[in-house]
Amino acid sequence: MISFFSTLIAATLRVSTPILYAAIGETYAERAGVLNLGIEGTMFIGAFTGFYVADISGSLWVGLLAAVIIGMLSGLLMAFLSVTLGVNQHVSGLGITLLTGGLALYAFRLNYGGRSTPPSIPPFDQIPLFSGIPYLETIFKQYSLTYIVFLLLVPLAWWILYRTSFGLEVRAVGENPEAADAAGIHVYRVRYIALIIGGGLMGAGGAFLSLAQLGAFTHGIISGRGWVAIALVIFGNWNPAKVMVGALIFGGTFALQLRLQAMGLQLPIPYETFLALPYLVTIVALIVAGRQASYPAALLKPYQRE
Amino acid sequence: MSLLKFKLEKTGAPLWFRPLIPILTLILTFFLTSGLIIWGKANPFEAYYYFLIAPLASRVSFLEVLVKSIPLILTGIAVTPAFAAGYYNIGAEGQLYAGALAAAWLGTVLHGVPAFAAIIIMIAGGFVGGMLWALVPALLRVKWAVDEVVTTLLLNTVIIFIISAILNGPWRDPQSGWPQSPEIAVTAQLPKLVARSRLHFGFVIALLTAAVIWFLLTRTSFGLRLRAVGLGREGARFAGIKIDRTVLIAALISGGIAGIAGYVEVAGIQYHLIEELSPGYGYTGIILATMGGLNAILVTVSAMFFGLIDMGAQTVSRALGVPMYLGEVTQATMLLVILGMFLLQRYRIRRVR
Repeated sequence: MISFFSTLIAATLRVSTPILYAAIGETYAERAGVLNLGIEGTMFIGAFTGFYVADISGSLWVGLLAAVIIGMLSGLLMAFLSVTLGVNQHVSGLGITLLTGGLALYAFRLNYGGRSTPPSIPPFDQIPLFSGIPYLETIFKQYSLTYIVFLLLVPLAWWILYRTSFGLEVRAVGENPEAADAAGIHVYRVRYIALIIGGGLMGAGGAFLSLAQLGAFTHGIISGRGWVAIALVIFGNWNPAKVMVGALIFGGTFALQLRLQAMGLQLPIPYETFLALPYLVTIVALIVAGRQASYPAALLKPYQRE
Repeated sequence: MSLLKFKLEKTGAPLWFRPLIPILTLILTFFLTSGLIIWGKANPFEAYYYFLIAPLASRVSFLEVLVKSIPLILTGIAVTPAFAAGYYNIGAEGQLYAGALAAAWLGTVLHGVPAFAAIIIMIAGGFVGGMLWALVPALLRVKWAVDEVVTTLLLNTVIIFIISAILNGPWRDPQSGWPQSPEIAVTAQLPKLVARSRLHFGFVIALLTAAVIWFLLTRTSFGLRLRAVGLGREGARFAGIKIDRTVLIAALISGGIAGIAGYVEVAGIQYHLIEELSPGYGYTGIILATMGGLNAILVTVSAMFFGLIDMGAQTVSRALGVPMYLGEVTQATMLLVILGMFLLQRYRIRRVR
């Protein structure tokens, strides 16, 4: 029983990782007042770019860096459309998802089109901690990228948003850009920076899937994880710590279905029920927590300086 | 910060500029995507010939453009009333599959029913299927103020799992083991409009649906109320409009039409339900509704143009070996360019000294 739970916890941390990267990225964007629906595509192109660059350079870390950079570029484009041009955020975000999705598939086909077997690379290794100690060994055998997001990026995001003057500026332009502007804050610049940081994190989240979890790139590699991340941001009330809790709930449900499948139980219900379960749990979590959600007041509202 | 400073002024573009918008959009899109074509080791001018001109040059491929525009017209029209009411239904993709599921099921049980009745029943079935899949997010939004963008997006993924479970379970083809539904009854299959082509009666259904939505939104008092809600809830409430009811109805109509899109693909093209029924028509519908400015006629025109791009992407891929995904990239680029253009229509850029 304990071994079941230790494997479950290990899988939960692993499965939550890519979604947590993306959700923290989305938190920065939304705190600054921009809903970035480009998240799904940004994760997708991050997954592809990471894989492609790692493949040709031979270095997983260079691949990861490339994924972060392409994610930042995607965030920059979102900023140009939603901040500078003031375009409808739903439509521009979805446009970016379609654009980056198409670009990644185009480049994938161009570079790997003729192959009969799907290309793969040796992925990141998991770091063995607590070797020889039962259960702890299982739980803490994780990718370094998992440690980075849980132990570094989430606390950092919380500290930046609530304890630094930049974080105050981000929250100010997300709540009341007019007042922020009057107080001498450069609204556009802050939104640009928030979206670019956010995009980089989304790219890293996608790259975790291709560089660590799979060592490959597939069409269905993201399969709605970006949308889940958006739900988690609302669930977590735009607070990185609570967003992390949400990611663990989703990850836990997902890991549970993986464990149940791996155990090969003959169940009277199709296994797709378990695949759909995390998404349904997310919706329920959203209903429960989202009703008290206090959206950043200026979310979705473009700001034009008079 | 920069040498050149620009300022947006809130005055409309001059009238002579407006007809130039589609042309400028095309030229800009061409420039933005030409890099990709060169990367694909092809000549951009040649590629664009195969892309936009060649499909219209032969009868066969022209009819195929119309075939490809059918689901696009329907999803574009589906998104239109929801967005016009300020309800961001991003779930047309899932609602399309829900409609397709309902229609496929009806199609397999309607053996022996006359064609006319079968078609009517299946249109209704597709509509109801899509509507039911849109119902939960709409109710959550209206009753509990749960964000519809997220719920509709998540449900898109859920319906795919449901379809997969059904196609790999009860409906798995016993002979081939292929995950597809049994073939729908012959009388339930949509008749061809033109012999020896794939162009089917769904084209008429799509155009009629567009006409109905155009009429509903622009010529009825309900349409007026719906657009009033979309323009501003406070104002609409002040005018005595029942906001929740209006939004709910708009969402259900939207889901229903997306369901018809799924029905038409099953009954007009595939004759089976398959997992790969839609390559993202529901998402493209959002682009189309936006490009058409939520005007049903312009949405239909945009959808036919996107049908041309879809067909062109196949032609250029066959002729020059450029990956077919060029079509998706071009469509997305065109959306982003035209969004910028809309802005130019409303503002003037002036240089600040």
